[in-house]
Amino acid sequence: MARRRRIPRLRPWQLLLLPAAVLIALFYLLPAVVNLVLAFSDMDYTFDYHFVGGASLVRPLADPMFGVVLRNTAVYVVTTLTLMNVVAALVLAILTTEVPERVGSVFRVLWLLPRATPSVVYVLMWFFLLDPTDYGLVNRVAGSLGGSNYDLLTSHPWAVVVLMNGCVGASMGMVVFTAAIKSIPPQLIMAARVDGATAWQRIRHVTLPAIAWPVMFVTVYQTLSLLTSYEYILLSTDGGPFYQTEVLSLYVFHNAIADYELGYGAALSIGLMAIGTLVALIYWRVFGLGARSLPARIEVDR
Amino acid sequence: MSGAALRNRALLIAALVLLALPIAAAYLWLVLASFGRGHELTWGIFPTSYTTDNWRFLWDASAAGRDVPSVWLATRNSVVLAVSIMVLDVSLATNAGYVFSRWTFRGRGPLLAFVMVLHAFPSVTLLVSLFIVLLHMGLLDSLWGIVLVKVALQLPFGIFVMKGFFDSVPWESEMSALMDGCTRLGAYRRVILPQVMPGIASIAIFSFLEGWKEFLFVYAFTFDKSSWTLSLYLQSILSRTGGAQYGLLAAVAVFYMLPVVFFFLFAQKQLSRVQLGGVKG
Repeated sequence: MARRRRIPRLRPWQLLLLPAAVLIALFYLLPAVVNLVLAFSDMDYTFDYHFVGGASLVRPLADPMFGVVLRNTAVYVVTTLTLMNVVAALVLAILTTEVPERVGSVFRVLWLLPRATPSVVYVLMWFFLLDPTDYGLVNRVAGSLGGSNYDLLTSHPWAVVVLMNGCVGASMGMVVFTAAIKSIPPQLIMAARVDGATAWQRIRHVTLPAIAWPVMFVTVYQTLSLLTSYEYILLSTDGGPFYQTEVLSLYVFHNAIADYELGYGAALSIGLMAIGTLVALIYWRVFGLGARSLPARIEVDR
Repeated sequence: MSGAALRNRALLIAALVLLALPIAAAYLWLVLASFGRGHELTWGIFPTSYTTDNWRFLWDASAAGRDVPSVWLATRNSVVLAVSIMVLDVSLATNAGYVFSRWTFRGRGPLLAFVMVLHAFPSVTLLVSLFIVLLHMGLLDSLWGIVLVKVALQLPFGIFVMKGFFDSVPWESEMSALMDGCTRLGAYRRVILPQVMPGIASIAIFSFLEGWKEFLFVYAFTFDKSSWTLSLYLQSILSRTGGAQYGLLAAVAVFYMLPVVFFFLFAQKQLSRVQLGGVKG
């Protein structure tokens, strides 16, 4: 009996929380700490830990590839974000809400399909579209218009990478913007109609102001997710040709997992996290996110 | 409706069709090509002759090449991975979400804020250190390591979604159960849980598909072909043959896509509730 007493009795809520807490501690928090520790080493394929101070952390500065990779990352994030994740998403949301809902929802579901598709299957379909022979749909269309065979994956890797990621990314903005457009009070739209506004004026003066906040939200969310998403690039161009599409997150992967430069990979990861945090802080300041996001959905302690 | 309005609507739909055409064409090609013979296409997507040869990989392991394991082993691995992730994620996220929604304890607010930070954290940047952690735990080159990692990284999101569902269950229904002599956990099991079933279904479908689709962690953390999932099975054929065997690739891809299509068509509502990273429209 005495021995049983010494086991601390867990309250029911502690018991229910414990498994999740243990798993997050072991496979989320511990890796975060390990990442920090690794960044101060030059660990390679031997898995031996040598503390080298900040050597790995300053190594990017001497790495001729690092500047190229940073520039690529900026091009990738900015282009995909603006052209696809915001503008294309906006176009899709406006178009699908201007037509009857039954028609619009069909097109929205179709645009959500790439997001639900496994990455390898998705990339396979792009290989078909872009196949440099007559088999590829793009070349077939180009051929019938009098063009010759293009190998776009080699000649225009950026266009391909941006479109490939953007066709998945656009659906998030599409869904968020659609919800915002649908929540515009119908009286506002009616009033615009009664006042004789053209469709374009209505979109410009009623729709767009109503979705300013969702656009900011999608911009922030998608910037951070683009900074760390490289799966489609890995599977399609693998950063090539000649590092043309090598972005920072992919560079981390190549260093750490492909070349077993684990110390350097961990240091680069920290750089990536730092960039993400910096970007988030800048957005926070520019958009005034704190003031806007706090009132909604945040816990009020009972 | 006036003629001008009708013309406008027709123009809008034409624009939508144009934007959707490449996507529709790609998926249609995938299905058609899995039954297509040779490398000839009419109208850009229709094979000139049809065959079931591409599907031989299902019963003849050598049809997919000598360097890949049997497709059924890969399927089994995919099922094990997806189902394990689903079961763990659902049970842990539900219990934790319930605690955050219904219990008052010291440190609850900061803990909740911390869970939210974890949800926003770009967890994929931990790939390097996860490699080392799994190595030292003896979980490298094993599907179980990937299960635990995936669940841990997805949990903050699941906890948040489930907390939202628990929050919407009125206190009164729990109160009346307590009045009737239920313990708090009894009320949780018998009264509250049935009311958050839509949330549980959403998380279940979402986490199953996340496991089913997983490529990166399996690619980075396993070396032995016996741990390959369908994503690696397909990827290895793709990288070996390039575009030389589109028929086989399409057939494997369609086979791999079957559960995805099923959930996409029949659970669109549950899926859209959580698909976009906790965006509640």
